[in-house]
Amino acid sequence: MTEQISADMSANVWKVLVSQGDSVEPDQPLMILESMKMEIPVLSEDGGVVQRLHVAEGESVAPGHLLVEIQ
Amino acid sequence: MNSPRELPASLLVVNRGEIARRIVRTAQRLAIRTVVVHAPQDADLPFVREADEAVALESSVPAQAYMDIDRILEVARERGVEAIHPGYGFLSESFEFAEAVETAGLVWVGPASETIRTMGDKIEARGVARRAGVPVGGGQGQALASIEDAISDADRIGYPVILKASAGGGGIGMSIASSAGELISAFESTRRRSEQSFGSAAVFLEPYVHAARHVEVQVLGLADGRVLSMGERDCSVQRRHQKIAEETPAPGLHDDVRVALHRAAVVLGEAIGYRNAGTVEFLVDSATGEFTFLEVNTRIQVEHPVTELVSGIDLVEEQLRIAVGAPTTFNPEALSLAGHAIEFRVYAEDSRRFFPAPGRIAHWEEPAGQGIRVDSGYASGNEVTQYFDPLMAKLCTYATTRSEALALMRRALDDFVIEGPGSNLEFLRALVESQQFTRGEYDTSIVTHLQTAISAAKG
Repeated sequence: MTEQISADMSANVWKVLVSQGDSVEPDQPLMILESMKMEIPVLSEDGGVVQRLHVAEGESVAPGHLLVEIQ
Repeated sequence: MNSPRELPASLLVVNRGEIARRIVRTAQRLAIRTVVVHAPQDADLPFVREADEAVALESSVPAQAYMDIDRILEVARERGVEAIHPGYGFLSESFEFAEAVETAGLVWVGPASETIRTMGDKIEARGVARRAGVPVGGGQGQALASIEDAISDADRIGYPVILKASAGGGGIGMSIASSAGELISAFESTRRRSEQSFGSAAVFLEPYVHAARHVEVQVLGLADGRVLSMGERDCSVQRRHQKIAEETPAPGLHDDVRVALHRAAVVLGEAIGYRNAGTVEFLVDSATGEFTFLEVNTRIQVEHPVTELVSGIDLVEEQLRIAVGAPTTFNPEALSLAGHAIEFRVYAEDSRRFFPAPGRIAHWEEPAGQGIRVDSGYASGNEVTQYFDPLMAKLCTYATTRSEALALMRRALDDFVIEGPGSNLEFLRALVESQQFTRGEYDTSIVTHLQTAISAAKG
């Protein structure tokens, strides 16, 4: 099962905390978005292996933009 | 009529949104030519359109337009401005910027750069307060060099404690620890974040007070050296240590506590030779009325309108006059505060989690009428972007009594229409209806209580 995690709001990708191929636990922070001077951690839901990162640090994302896929 | 020669002929406003617009308004009333710098993303906002001249500063990071000291001073030279007003946030508490403005021979609308430097270092500011006889919360009052130092300091104070960045402010770079274990895990991360955000890893401890009120005193250091208190503001309604609502006078304060707070703020202001507008923040224990010094904000404060409403004084005009050594428009011996004023901050964020909710404004309609003041940074058609803080407007009401001001606030909230971006209007309605707020019996825990209630009501 692939878990697709998208952005909830317009934001900038401030920090990406994982790399492709990393194993992640449920609720582990994957990246930190920054919007309106607030840091918003993006958490994995069920955990697994990071299959693909769709964004890089410094990128701007709109609501619905796919951030990361976890297998 | 003021003699125009006393005031600067031109003013560069280095800020954005509602505060830039508000400063431009006062300057224009005083026939001062106004120039603003702005990020290209802000080109359509009212403060850019209303200023006499606007200069866009391109940068890969939009906030840089309001932070780039060299380019801003270049604009000041090119446009021949005489004075610079920094507003709040951005460069307003940068002593380097204040110093650069002073060195360039321009008028800095704020306290001396040396005052900003001293008060910007929270550990140094605490030392100044302590020496002036102003009560300061526990802690050894020095930067903590190691986790062992932190633990022994916390043992002396008693848990819970709050770990703060010495160079920090505005609620950023703080962690709460209720045990040695939590302190150990917070210590290095707080130091690291402080180093990243403020360029200094110095941190210190204060007792964390649960049921506290956050009360601040507006001071005005006059050109002749006197320091005036212009009354207090209660700012206890906060989320993430950021204010949502403020009011003056602070409800439920005993008059002797009120007087003692004003006196402490003036004593501190005099001890540092404070000039211009500033705010001395205190924590007041709701149960005992005991208070401790928190910090001095060396700038105009977001919530200054409530003080203006009860005093009838335009603080930005007084700032401009003090900056050029002119006397105040009012008689300092006869300052009188009357009535009750409340400010609610309208943020582009949802009402439940307070998450950012930027967007294009399809429809914007502000409440208006007697006793209502709106300081807004946006209008219909504007985009509220993700690049800047979420404050869209400050809604203030003013009346003879607190209950009348509350009634006005209820009506004003109903008349405020914002379509497009999210807003916290729903939270503000819950706040003004809540028993805690209407009775004036609230402390810094009120937002958490209300959030729980809103979520429960929605299931």
